[in-house]
Amino acid sequence: MRRYFGRKLLIYGLTFFVAVTVNWMIPRFMPGDPVASMVARANITQPAAVEAMRRYYSGLFGFDQPLWQQYLNFWAALFRGDFGLSIWLFPHPVSTVIGGAVPYTLALIVPSVLLSWVVGNRLGAYAARRKLLDNTVLPVGYVLTAMPYMWLAVLLAWALGVLAGVFPVAGGYSFSMRPNWSWTFLLDLLHHWTLPFLSLFLVALGGWAIGMRNMIIYELESDYSNYLAALGAPARLIRKYAFRNAVLPQITGLALQLGVLVAGALVTEIVFAYPGLGSLILKAIQNKDFFLLQGAFLFIVIGVLIANFIIDIVYVVVDPRTRAGMAGARA
Amino acid sequence: MTALQEVAPRERAGVRREALYFAVRNGKLVTGFGIVLALLLLGLIVPVLLGGNPNEYGTRPMSPPSAEHWFGTTTFGQDIFLQFGHGLRSTFAVGAIGGGIAAAIGMLVGFVAGYRGGLVDEILNMLTNIVLVIPTLAVLLIINAYLGIRSVSVQGLFIGLTSWPWAARAIRAQTFSLRTREFVDLARMSGAGTWRIITREIAPNMSSYLFMTFILLFGGSILIASSLDFIGLGPTEGVSLGLMLQNANQWSALQLGLWWWFVPPGAAITAIVGALYVANVGLDEVFNPKLRET
Repeated sequence: MRRYFGRKLLIYGLTFFVAVTVNWMIPRFMPGDPVASMVARANITQPAAVEAMRRYYSGLFGFDQPLWQQYLNFWAALFRGDFGLSIWLFPHPVSTVIGGAVPYTLALIVPSVLLSWVVGNRLGAYAARRKLLDNTVLPVGYVLTAMPYMWLAVLLAWALGVLAGVFPVAGGYSFSMRPNWSWTFLLDLLHHWTLPFLSLFLVALGGWAIGMRNMIIYELESDYSNYLAALGAPARLIRKYAFRNAVLPQITGLALQLGVLVAGALVTEIVFAYPGLGSLILKAIQNKDFFLLQGAFLFIVIGVLIANFIIDIVYVVVDPRTRAGMAGARA
Repeated sequence: MTALQEVAPRERAGVRREALYFAVRNGKLVTGFGIVLALLLLGLIVPVLLGGNPNEYGTRPMSPPSAEHWFGTTTFGQDIFLQFGHGLRSTFAVGAIGGGIAAAIGMLVGFVAGYRGGLVDEILNMLTNIVLVIPTLAVLLIINAYLGIRSVSVQGLFIGLTSWPWAARAIRAQTFSLRTREFVDLARMSGAGTWRIITREIAPNMSSYLFMTFILLFGGSILIASSLDFIGLGPTEGVSLGLMLQNANQWSALQLGLWWWFVPPGAAITAIVGALYVANVGLDEVFNPKLRET
């Protein structure tokens, strides 16, 4: 088990290192003079912002210092939590701006990913080898999983928001309200949260259902299932055992899908103008706020790494073979 | 000796004929590829037939679908059907370029890691795992924003460079199981080099698997590209289906009720990717006799 975690942590550590290096390298080795083109491209009116930007970039690139020194400085700033100042929301530091958006993104992505995973697996397991249900779950699953996240979001917003008028289609809460801890505000928050949640949930659902269905069929054909059936075990019991085996690859699948799910959350937020990281990234791109963009990038990478590690722990809890250092340990 | 030489090619043709026999009788495969081909043809024909610049402002803004404008017009009077045709082209281009590059890298890494094993495998596996964990879209965000590269082919290139890891992993596992077979041993004993064994012995024996991997990468590239376009990092020259969605969202097509602006591009992406997935299931049934119905 120690070997398993050691290996995983090594990979995550290296990944973080690569991500930070990429983040440092791309602005540096961009063709042309980075500072000048960045300030010119930023297109900002506040002279204080221009000055801060130039100073920050000059400090960041540190022309008088050798390359390795600049690279170490970048890491040092990172560990101080210093991501620079946002250009778009000058003079707020990037870390504060992102800190304000992250709760919204987490509140959207964590429930939708977990619920779609649980419900999708149940649905797929139930549909497998049941003719009628299979014939509906499978095509619907393929359509859902092929949909671009933002398109289902737009369709839901149009149908349930604009046409039916049941749900609001923009923002994290009503414009007339200020964030506070009253019940009316929380209800309003929930009301705005429903549609983005639903669209994320639905798109992810299809993939899990199909994956589970295929796994269950595979497991039901295996020797242990046939043996159980030959012993006269009830079909329910056999399915239960098949499900427990089929869930393991689905856990690995969840880890592999994290990047796609985060990307889906970002574009869904943009559709609903939901005040999370996605909308922030859109604003950063529109306003050429590169510090904000780089900060958001690192936050996403760190978030995905942490989620991966949690899934690894869950895998150890669920699969006893990893604890005994057996076959599953390398999965 | 002569008999042997005659038998071998006939057998191969027989396998091919058998695959073809099941392919044309497989509903999933025919439907899936049919939809993809129909949309590809539409993308090839529409821009030629209608001509003109898809981003040109027209005289009749915000008009619903009519005989003159089949898919209606945008708030700027641009013809959506023409944009749709051009968008299909970009979508197929990005899928082919991104999927092709990802498949090439995935095959190279997977074959070499799986066949050589040992330290090479260890290093390549580490590399694969690192690229696998990094969220692709976040990296593409940084690259696209800074480099400001906005053409469809370069977009496809970067998508291909970041989306290969799962393919490499899958191909590595397949190669692993093939490399201990007798025919590979035989080739090694007769003095064939690594490259020759991989291209002549291993790759042909998993060609169906490779083709299916490419199809999935193709669909994946299309979805990633549409997300990038939607965030505002798409090609600035030309049109793509993702850019159409982005424009519709940006100019409040939703609030104005211009459904003809945002329904076709999303439906086309869904249709292409969904049809590819379904065709893939069909291909699996064709190549794998165990899965064939009847």
